[in-house]
Amino acid sequence: MGVLSTVAFWVLAAAAVAFGALVFRVDSMARATYCLAASFVAVAVVLLLFRQDYLGVVTALMMVMEMAIMAVYMVMFMGMNPALMPMSMVHGRRTALALSAGLFIVLTAGILLVPWPSRRDAPVADVTHALGESIMGHKMLVMLTVSPVLFATIVAALVLALPRGRYDRFGDDLRRRPPADPQPGGVGR
Amino acid sequence: MSLQAVLIVVAALFCVGLYGALSQQVVVMVMMGLELMLNAVLLAVAAVLWFLAPQIDGAVLLLVVLAAMTVEMAMGFAVATLLHRSRQSDMTDMAADLAG
Repeated sequence: MGVLSTVAFWVLAAAAVAFGALVFRVDSMARATYCLAASFVAVAVVLLLFRQDYLGVVTALMMVMEMAIMAVYMVMFMGMNPALMPMSMVHGRRTALALSAGLFIVLTAGILLVPWPSRRDAPVADVTHALGESIMGHKMLVMLTVSPVLFATIVAALVLALPRGRYDRFGDDLRRRPPADPQPGGVGR
Repeated sequence: MSLQAVLIVVAALFCVGLYGALSQQVVVMVMMGLELMLNAVLLAVAAVLWFLAPQIDGAVLLLVVLAAMTVEMAMGFAVATLLHRSRQSDMTDMAADLAG
């Protein structure tokens, strides 16, 4: 990597950590969301520096969208304009700080003391193309595993988030017919 | 830039996320801490991939980490919705029923 890439890395790394820390320092949840999005974008650009073009772009797009959804949630659940409301809702701050600082020291010591091996092979020329071929070829099991997990996540999230379950519709003994729906209709009803 | 330098940045990001996940009371803020920790894992895998073993297997692992982030986000939002509906609250302290 050249000097420019090295300088870019340090600027982005500092931005990622600083914005990450600001998430828990700023006095509104909306600002915290923006800070987290900025931290993610900084890491995504570092991924681009490491030639992970596809994953870097996906990370940036996905996280910016996620932060937008988070902002909507805050407005929904907190019933206010979160950008205007100072907030500090923490518990066990000193313990959390001590644990985090202790873990950072341990991890840093490990990183500096471990004799890391040197690179064995040359980087893949076109990572995006190779990744596509890989997940559609000999790494297809990964995609076959991730796909049902994502589908199960959709189902589980809907089950948790939906306000009415089968006991609301069919009663405690599940025998009520027709079901008590706020809007009548459907096949056969 | 070296692998050690990148991993120290990763450790800093991870520990900031850990602090947030442990100290915050609002469910969405806890999720932000977890997201920061996964963000650090993402950077760590990319760094190891670049500096040590530039095979495509590492990129597949990155894809799995991204999928894990998606799952965490979706389930977190669903739990936040459920918590708010059942308790009219978005605080973790109000959902300590299963705490040992």
